[in-house]
Amino acid sequence: MNFDDTPEEAAFRAEARAWIDANAPKHLHPILSGSGFGTSAEAGEIDMLAEAKKWQKAKRDAGWACLHWPKEYGGRGASPMERVIWNQEEGVYAQLSFTFIIGQGMCGPTVMAWGSEEDKQRLLPPLAAGEDIWCQMFSEPAAGSDLAGLRTRAVQDGDEWVVNGSKIWTSGAHISQYGILLTRTDPTVAKHKGLTMFWVDMRSPGIEVRPILQAHGQSGFNEVFFTDLRIPDSQRLGAVGNGWNVSLTTLMNERLSIGSGMSTGFEPLLDYATRAPGPSGGRLVDDPSIRSKLADWATKASGLKYTSMRALTALSKGEQPGPENSIGKLVAGSTMQDIAMFALDQQGEMGVLTDPELAAHAARFQQTLMRSPATRIEGGTDEILRNIIAERVLGLPGDVRVDKDVPFEKIPTRA
Amino acid sequence: MQFDFNEQQNEFRQEARRFLAAECSTERVRKALEGGGFDRQLWQGVAEMGFLGIAIPEEHGGLGLGYLELCAVAEEFGRALAPLPIVSSIYLAAEAIKSFGTPEQQAAWLPRIAAGAAIGCLASVEGERLTEKSTRATFANGTLNGAKLPVLDGDIADVAIVLAKEGDSLSLVLVDLAQDGIARRTLDTLDPTRGQAELTFTNAAAERLGDRGEGWAMLQTLLDRAAVLVAFEQIGGADRALEMGRDYALERMAFGRQIGSFQAIKHMLADMYVSATLARSNAYYGAWALSTGAAELPRAAATARVSATNAFRHCAKNNVQVHGGMGFTWQMDCHLFYRRSNQLALALGSQPDWEEKLVTRLAAANEPLAA
Ligand SMILES: Cc1cc2nc3c(=O)[nH]c(=O)nc-3n(C[C@H](O)[C@H](O)[C@H](O)COP(=O)(O)OP(=O)(O)OC[C@H]3O[C@@H](n4cnc5c(N)ncnc54)[C@H](O)[C@@H]3O)c2cc1C
Repeated sequence: MNFDDTPEEAAFRAEARAWIDANAPKHLHPILSGSGFGTSAEAGEIDMLAEAKKWQKAKRDAGWACLHWPKEYGGRGASPMERVIWNQEEGVYAQLSFTFIIGQGMCGPTVMAWGSEEDKQRLLPPLAAGEDIWCQMFSEPAAGSDLAGLRTRAVQDGDEWVVNGSKIWTSGAHISQYGILLTRTDPTVAKHKGLTMFWVDMRSPGIEVRPILQAHGQSGFNEVFFTDLRIPDSQRLGAVGNGWNVSLTTLMNERLSIGSGMSTGFEPLLDYATRAPGPSGGRLVDDPSIRSKLADWATKASGLKYTSMRALTALSKGEQPGPENSIGKLVAGSTMQDIAMFALDQQGEMGVLTDPELAAHAARFQQTLMRSPATRIEGGTDEILRNIIAERVLGLPGDVRVDKDVPFEKIPTRA
Repeated sequence: MQFDFNEQQNEFRQEARRFLAAECSTERVRKALEGGGFDRQLWQGVAEMGFLGIAIPEEHGGLGLGYLELCAVAEEFGRALAPLPIVSSIYLAAEAIKSFGTPEQQAAWLPRIAAGAAIGCLASVEGERLTEKSTRATFANGTLNGAKLPVLDGDIADVAIVLAKEGDSLSLVLVDLAQDGIARRTLDTLDPTRGQAELTFTNAAAERLGDRGEGWAMLQTLLDRAAVLVAFEQIGGADRALEMGRDYALERMAFGRQIGSFQAIKHMLADMYVSATLARSNAYYGAWALSTGAAELPRAAATARVSATNAFRHCAKNNVQVHGGMGFTWQMDCHLFYRRSNQLALALGSQPDWEEKLVTRLAAANEPLAA
């Protein structure tokens, strides 16, 4: 049992480290390492976007972008383990790439698996280079967890499809050049069977993007409306009616991004608790009434860290990551939320302030408090993740589904 | 990165699992629970398989393998709820003698312990929560006086490692229990498959183990190492309790459905899986630190311990819940896991003690935990 690199991995790590050391935008380090943990998805703010693009371009030019992609599409053809090593070495600078994560981590692989060779040649290299941003248009007002209940309609018209409907919570749509779009092409068959996937140019006529003001006051996701949007049939990904399977490629790729390790916030909390004063003098960490909680969170943080080490070990042996990786976000989401609330409590009435000049730890806990509810919802809610573990890992029966074999148009929509 | 057991270690584990499946069914565990006393035949069988001497050097009759093999087998002892004095004799007493004993002490005891012919125990607690100041037993001029309670497996042990005051400080002493100056009283306990006793020493002949005045520090080292091994017993028990609950959820029908199709039950089992998984990963971290002698062993051991105690208790109590009324019958095995999860949670010091150690050690290092 060891954490050692093989000689090849060590050489790769040294090369990556040297390149990062020579090329990373070091002036951004304080900003990147000072943002609230778990708040990284919001790093694509306007002033950072140019920096993000610059870093991505530099990486692509030196062969460090989309490591696991084939070289011909702008990647490096690296092994899964090399990709993980790169992530570890990139450290805080990886936050700069969050703008591209949906594109490079989910949309790109979907195009790679289902797109035509011409599309791949054309779309993937600029995505790897950070020239294009992509979004994922799956969820709709009536179809989040129950994604297959979506209603955006695509109707064939010769060589084209005409799309009407709307999407919601689409992250980054307001800054995206492209997106993948899941539509209903046949409402007369069961819900999972009548779906079809496309890629679209977000600048096409018939698309309107309206940013949504989020609960924490920022705008990261959007509503997207389609009014007689025309998509050439050549932009279809996979067969007509096979959209559900295509979407599984997208969602499965989310799971492949293991190893980057989700933060639970325990590390900043421990740091805070060893610096902040406790209620009866001394350090906060010495307060006996909080130590049981600290211990519990410590085991969660460490448990996730070493669970990902075990997953990496399996990956390095060529095993595919499975549904058991759902535990990362499930544990990290609620732990970071609990930790944030706890840290605020320790600050007494000052805990309510959000000014980084006044609030302890530059208001990182306040930022996390406000962002963490989203972590427990996006990309599969806590409850859906528990269902996945129960059904796919433990082998328990699926939920009773009253709508499963009913033609989509016959499914009741009101209680 | 090879953060897992290797093939050979896994084979060892499989061998232990096969042996225990055949020889240590829950019916056999129940015998000890229902007053059948210590299962010496099973103990001999385990000794013959070599499992007791895994980490004991070959020159002393052991297999001379590493701690990883012992961790792998400990997990199986935990799964099987083995009603055996492994924690006392192997994880504690043998480790104490191996680490701190003189060559004579090692030669006198390790071969017998490895062969199952002698059973060791650790006697540190004196009727209240153990602290550095709670010890009253005294050791002077080769004699020991005082009383220890509870002593895990003290009812059947042949040799005890005892924490005692020597002058103003604490030492560890080694006592052969086959002598006149010893009185034993068996105590009623939550989990009679692992007995508890009071040991009273009246001018008992004893010899020091390790350096004078180093008793407390040596005890902490022993507890840290044992905590990793016990964590493996705990994750073995947690996994089996989870499997039991899962199997019952698939089999039991209510309202015309399998109860495992109700989300309340599914989510309960999913949460059990989560805590068992986190505990397993933390136990591996402990195993890594133990087997490599890493400087962070104290932190890793406390992490493994706190996590495994939570997970086994969580899985054992919810396994009863999934079983409903059946779960509260003597006939179902649920209470065996419930008992053992609490017995192990209280051996080596209880959860608040370990939480305290963990936070103290983390704060001292204040080193980043999460990647
Ligand atoms: C920050 C953020 C970014 C997002 N980005 C994107 C994006 O880029 N693209 C995109 O397509 N979508 C995106 N989403 C949408 C996200 O995928 C959905 O919000 C999520 O899947 C939940 O769906 P919903 O909002 O419809 O909630 P619902 O499905 O209505 O859930 C409401 C509640 O019911 C529970 N529930 C639902 N079904 C079940 C069930 N079967 N069993 C038990 N409980 C259940 C849920 O757990 C939840 O608590 C984003 C969401 C957020 C918060």
